[in-house]
Amino acid sequence: MAGPRNISVSEASRPVLPRHAKLKYDDTRKVWVILAPERVLAPDEIAVEVLQLCNGERNVGDVADQLAAKYAAPREAILADVIVMLQDLADKGFLTEIREKTS
Amino acid sequence: MTDVTIPPSDSLAVLEKQRSTAETFGIPLAVLLEITHRCPLQCPYCSNPVELDRSGKELTTEEWKKVLSELAEIGVLQVHFSGGEPTARKDLVELVKHASDVGLYTNLITSAVLLTRERLSELADAGLCHVQISFQGIEEGLSDRVAGYKGGHRKKLEVARWTRELDLPLTVNAVMHRQNLHQLPEIIQMSLDLDADRLEVANVQYYGWALKNRAALMPTVAQLDECTETVEEARERLKGRLTIDYVVPDYYALRPKKCMGGWGRQFFNISPAGKVLPCHAAESITGLEFESVRSNHSIAWIWQNSEAFNRYRGTGWMKEPCKSCEFREIDFGGCRCQAFALTGDAANTDPACALSPLHETIFKQAEAEAEGETSRFLYRNFAGGTLESENGT
Repeated sequence: MAGPRNISVSEASRPVLPRHAKLKYDDTRKVWVILAPERVLAPDEIAVEVLQLCNGERNVGDVADQLAAKYAAPREAILADVIVMLQDLADKGFLTEIREKTS
Repeated sequence: MTDVTIPPSDSLAVLEKQRSTAETFGIPLAVLLEITHRCPLQCPYCSNPVELDRSGKELTTEEWKKVLSELAEIGVLQVHFSGGEPTARKDLVELVKHASDVGLYTNLITSAVLLTRERLSELADAGLCHVQISFQGIEEGLSDRVAGYKGGHRKKLEVARWTRELDLPLTVNAVMHRQNLHQLPEIIQMSLDLDADRLEVANVQYYGWALKNRAALMPTVAQLDECTETVEEARERLKGRLTIDYVVPDYYALRPKKCMGGWGRQFFNISPAGKVLPCHAAESITGLEFESVRSNHSIAWIWQNSEAFNRYRGTGWMKEPCKSCEFREIDFGGCRCQAFALTGDAANTDPACALSPLHETIFKQAEAEAEGETSRFLYRNFAGGTLESENGT
C-alpha cells in the first residue's frame, strides 16, 4: 500500500513510512538511515524513535504521549516538534498515512 | 604544459600517498550498475561511451550477483540498475531479487519500452523499490524522433501508469536540450498527470555522444534562463507533491560543477564488462587503466587503491589555475572527462570554469552553435553512430 501523498500531519493522523522509504540501520557507518529514491536521509535519534513508533496504528497524539512519558517532558512541546519533523518528511514525499476506508 | 603523471621510480612514496588520500573516502552510498549497453533507443545524448561494450563482454548473472553481494557487504546502500537498457538483460528480475535479498535498495533506470506489465509486476515482487523512466518530450512526434524509436513515447506513458498501479514510486527523467526545452512546462504537467513522485529536469551534459551532437542540442542562454525560472516556479508551487531535481548545463556557468562530487570521492559505477569507473564517462579519458571486478582485487580495494581512482583524487594532481584557487575543494576543478574532451588533458581546468583560459572560446562556440541551423542528430548505436536523414527519420 503506497497510501496517500501530500499529507497534512496533525495530532489525529496515523503516519507511516511508504513502501519506498526504508528505515534501516547502516552497519558500516553506524547510523540510522532512510533509504528513498535516489536519496539517503540521516534522521537524528529522536526522528528514528518517532518513526519506529509510527506503525500506522498509533496516531501522532499517541506517539507524543509515549515520548512525553518516556522523557518526562511537556507533551505539548513534544507534539509540536513531532508534527514539524513528520510534516518535513511528508513534504519531501517520504511519509504517508493510514486512513479509514469509508469512501 | 607540464604533465602530472607520477614517475614510476617513486612507486613506494606514491603508494603511501595514495593510501592516505584514499582512506579519507568511505565507500559510496549508491552505485550505478550499467548492466548492459544494449538499448533499442538511439538517443543522440546517450551518456554511454561512444565505444560501447558488446553483449559478449557483459558480466554473467553469477558475476553480477557476486558484485551485488560484495557491494552490500562493504556498505553500499543503494544500487541503480541502468544501461543501456537494463531490461534488455533477461536476468534482471533475478538480479533485483538478489539485490533485495542482500539488503540493497534498488532503483531501475529505464527507457521502459521493453517492459510488459507482467515483467514489471515480477520486478515489484522481487523487491524493486523505485522506477525511473526517461522521456524525450511531451508528444510522439518529437519524442520518438529524439529516441530514434517509433512508438516509444506511447509505451513509456503506458509503463508509467503500470508503475503507479503497482504502487511503485515513479521518477520522470526528462533530458532537456534546445529542441525540447519549450516543452518543459508540459513535461511538468505530464509528470503530475502520471502521478510521479519526482521529476529530474536534466539538461544534457556534453561528453561522448552528446558532444558529437552538441550543435543540434545546445540550448540558447535565453532558453536556459527560462528553464531555470520554470523549475523554480514549479518547485514552489508543487512542494510536497512533486520533487524536482534540476541539472543545469555547465557551458554557460561561471563556475564548473563539482562533477561526481569530486573524482573518486562519492561515486563509482560498474560497466557492462565489469570495469569499476569513477564516472560513467571515465573510459573516454585515454591513458587511464580501469580495474575490473573480474580481476583479483576486491571492489573496496579498487575504490581505495587503484591508480585510476587516485589519479585525480583530492587536489594534489592539480595544475594552475586550479592549484592555487580558493574554490579547489569546492568544485575540484570541475569535470575531468570534459577537461579531457575539450583540452586533451584531464588534469586541466574544466573549460566550464571562467578561470580556464579556454572558457571564453568554448562559451562563444556554444552560443554560436545554439543560434545555428543544425538540428540533425547523430544517433547512438554500436556502429559508431548514424546520421539522421534530411527529413528527420
